[in-house]
Amino acid sequence: MFAYYLDLALRSLKRNRVLTVLMVLALALGIGATITTLTVLRLLSGDPLPQKSAQLFYPQIDPNTKDGYIEGQTRPDLLMTYPDAMNLLHAHRATRQAAMAMTQARIMPRQPNAHPFYSDAVMTTSDFFAMFDAPFQYGGGWTASDDDSRAHLVVIASFLNDKLFGGANSVGRIIRMDDHDMRIVGVLKPWAPQPRFYAQGLGSRSYGDGDALYLPLHTARALEMRPQDTECYAEVPDMLNLETAPCEWLGFWVELDSSSAVSSYRQFLDGYVRQQIELARFQRPESSMLDLMSFLRQQQVVPDDVRLQAGLAFGFLLICVVNTVGLLLAKCLRRSREIGVRRALGATRREIFIQFMVEAGMVGLAGGVLGLLFAELGLFGIRHQPAEYAGLAHLDVTMFLFTFVVALVASLIAGILPAWRACVLAPAPQLKAA
Amino acid sequence: MSLQIKPILLALRRHKAGTVLIALQIALTLAIVCNALFIIHQRVVNLSERSGVDEANVFVITNQWAVDRSTRAIDAQVQADLAALRQLSSVRDAASATGYPLQGGGWDNFVTMTPDQVKPTTDSAVYYGDEHLLDALGLRLVAGRNFRPDEVVAVGTQQAISPPVVIVSKALARRLFPDGSALGKSFYAMTPTPTTIVGIVDPLHRQGASQWDKAHAGQSLIWPARPDDARGIYYIVRAKSGQLAAAMSEAPKALYAQSRMRIISPTDGIQDYAQIRHHVFDSDRGMAILMGIISVVLLAITAAGIVGLTSFWVGQRRKQIGVRRALGATRHDILSYFLTENLLIGFAGVVVGALLAIVINLWMVTRFEMDRMSLAYVGVGVIALLLLGQGAVFAPALRASRVSPVEATRSV
Repeated sequence: MFAYYLDLALRSLKRNRVLTVLMVLALALGIGATITTLTVLRLLSGDPLPQKSAQLFYPQIDPNTKDGYIEGQTRPDLLMTYPDAMNLLHAHRATRQAAMAMTQARIMPRQPNAHPFYSDAVMTTSDFFAMFDAPFQYGGGWTASDDDSRAHLVVIASFLNDKLFGGANSVGRIIRMDDHDMRIVGVLKPWAPQPRFYAQGLGSRSYGDGDALYLPLHTARALEMRPQDTECYAEVPDMLNLETAPCEWLGFWVELDSSSAVSSYRQFLDGYVRQQIELARFQRPESSMLDLMSFLRQQQVVPDDVRLQAGLAFGFLLICVVNTVGLLLAKCLRRSREIGVRRALGATRREIFIQFMVEAGMVGLAGGVLGLLFAELGLFGIRHQPAEYAGLAHLDVTMFLFTFVVALVASLIAGILPAWRACVLAPAPQLKAA
Repeated sequence: MSLQIKPILLALRRHKAGTVLIALQIALTLAIVCNALFIIHQRVVNLSERSGVDEANVFVITNQWAVDRSTRAIDAQVQADLAALRQLSSVRDAASATGYPLQGGGWDNFVTMTPDQVKPTTDSAVYYGDEHLLDALGLRLVAGRNFRPDEVVAVGTQQAISPPVVIVSKALARRLFPDGSALGKSFYAMTPTPTTIVGIVDPLHRQGASQWDKAHAGQSLIWPARPDDARGIYYIVRAKSGQLAAAMSEAPKALYAQSRMRIISPTDGIQDYAQIRHHVFDSDRGMAILMGIISVVLLAITAAGIVGLTSFWVGQRRKQIGVRRALGATRHDILSYFLTENLLIGFAGVVVGALLAIVINLWMVTRFEMDRMSLAYVGVGVIALLLLGQGAVFAPALRASRVSPVEATRSV
C-alpha cells in the first residue's frame, strides 16, 4: 500500500512541476539556513570538557573599593589579583587548583636561517594539566616545587613539537624562548577545548587553535613575560610589578569532586573574603563560584551575531513552512475530484490522509537533501570567513541526521492541514461536479 | 471603479485557510524583513564611520623585536627607524605608536575632572605619539597646537606616565566641556596629575569598534610619548599622495636595513587602511550581506506563495468569473477584484506583521544590546509588502480577467 502512495505522490508531484520545485526549493532554503546556523551555534556553545566540566569551578572575589557597589547587584570582577590567587592556590582546599594568564612567547627555532616567531603561551601552575585533562603524548607536566623554584621548563603543544622537532619525542630537549633556554618536560597530544574556556577574560580569543606553550607562572614572570590583559582598580605606580599592583590579571580554576566539596569550598571562599575585609584589604563581601558551563553562559562566549543569525534562520524556516502549507493546500484542493473518485471507489479517509502525508513527506525529503546541500554551502561560506571559529564549522553526523529530522517534521507539519482538508472532503458533490 | 469589498470578504470566508496562510506569511515576512533592514542599516552606518585618518595614503607596520633590549637601546632603534622611514622618497611622514584608529581592541582610560572623583565622567581611547603623529595619520587639527619635540617623553615597557599636556578629539572636548571652552582646560585620565588640553583634532576614531567603543564614539586622546615597548610597536607611515604602493614595499626594506633583529609578519605585518577597515568591520559587513540575502529570498518565497495560491483560486473560480463576465462585468472589474482581494489580505497581514516586527525588535533590545527600531522601517516594510503582494497577484489576476464569458455556459 505504501508503495502505491509513493507512486501516487510521485505522479502528483510530477503533474505540477513548477509548484513542486517551488515547494522543495523554499523548504530547502529554510532548512539550509537553519542547519548552517545551528551547526555554528552548537559548535560555539558546546561543552569544552564534557567528561570534566561538572567538576570545574571558577571562584570570583572582589577587591574593589566600596564606591559604586550595590549589594546583591554588583558582580565580582572576572579576574583575580596575584596575592588572592596565590592565597587560594596555597590553601589547597580543592582537589586541584590552578592560576593562569595568557601571554606571548617569542620562540627562536634552532634551524639555521629560521626566523623567530611569537606563539600563544599559557603561564600557569602545576595542576593545570591534570585538572583540565590535557593529554600528554610524551613526558608530563611539572610539579609544585618546579613552580616554586622558578624552573626553566615548558610543556609544548603537538603542533609546536611538529614544527620544531618534526614530531619526535622532544622531552629533555631545549627550546629557546624569549632569549632563555627552556627544557621541555612534556609534549601534549593535539588539545584545543572549544570554547577555550580557560582563556576567557584573559585577553585572548575564545575559539580556535590551542596554545603552543605552557610554562610555570613564576618562571614566566621572572622572565618578565606579561599577561595579555590587566584590569587595574586603582592608580598604578608601576605596571612592571604586577604581583603587588592593584591589578587583576589571573584566572583561577578549581576542581571539586562532590557537592559537599563544592559547598565547603563556597564556605571557605566566603571565609576568605571575610578575613580579607578584617585585614582591610577588601571592602566588598561579594563572592561567586560558577561551574564551567554556567560560567560560559554568564560570560556570553557565543557572539551575539551568531545567536541573532540562528533566530533569524528559525524565522526563515517558519515562513518556508507556512509557504509550503499554502502551496500543498492549493495542490490538494485542486485534486478534489480525484479524491472524490478514490473515496467513491472505497478509499477510507485514513487512506486519503496517509496518501497526502506521504506526498508532503516526499517534498520534505527532497527539501532535506537539497537543504543539506545548502547547509554545506553555507558552512563552506563560514569556513572562509575570518572569524576565529571559522575553521571548525563542519557538519557532523548528528547534524547530518538532524537535517532530515527537521525536513521531515517541517514538511509533515506543513502537510497536516492540506491532508486533513482532503480527507474530510465529501465525495458526492465532487463526483457530481464531474 | 467601485471597490467591491463586501462580496470579496464574503468570498474570502469560503477560503479561510488560504486567506489566513497568505496573511500569516505576509506578517512573518514583514516582521523579519523590517528587523533585517534595521540591522543592515545599523551595520552599514558602522562601515562608513570616519576614522580621521588620511586612509588613502596611510599604512601601519606591526614591528616586533627579535631580541630583548633595554628601553634606551629600543629608543635609539625607534629613532633610527623613524629617521630611515622619513627619508624614503615615497614617504611623507612616520611616527611610532601604541595603537591606531580602527585597530580593533585597544586601550582606553576613564576620564575624571578631579583626582578624587569616584564615578568617571566618561571614557577615552588613549594613543601615544610624538610631534609627527598628527601628520603621519593625517589628522585635522581644528584648535590649538601640535606637541613640541621637547614635550615628548620616551616610555619604556608598561611604564606609567602622567603627561602635563594632551591633544584630544573634538568629541572628547565636547563631552568634557560642552560650552566649547576645552582648550587650555585640564582633566585626569587615571593619572595622579592633571593633563592640559593644548590641541583639538577632529575626528579621531578610537582603536576599537565594539559596543563599548560605540557608547564613547570618537572620544580619544593623544599623549606626547614615544613608546619603546620591549615587545614591539606600530609604525604609522603616511606615503606621499599616490605613492602608497611604493612606500609599502620600500618601508620594510628600510627597516630591515637598519636592523634585522625584528619580526614583521609576512601575512599581516604591513596593512594599509583598506585592509584595516576591512578587518575591523568584517563581522558588520558579513551580517549586513547575510541579512540582505535573507530579506530578498524571503520576499521571493512570499511572492511565490501568493502567486501559487492566487493561481489556484483563479482556476477554482473560472466558472464564477465566467458568470460575472456574462452578467456584464468588464475585464477591468475582474482584475480589480483580485487586486483588491489581495490588498485586503495584505492589510490584515501587515497589521499583524507590524506589531510582530515591533515585538521582535523590543525582544532584541533586551537580548542583544540593540537600539530601538524607528517606525520608518515598519512603514517602508509595510509599503514594500503591499506592493509585493499586488505585483505577485497581478499575473494570476490578469489571467482571471481573460476568462471568457462562455465559461459560464460550460459545466466544468
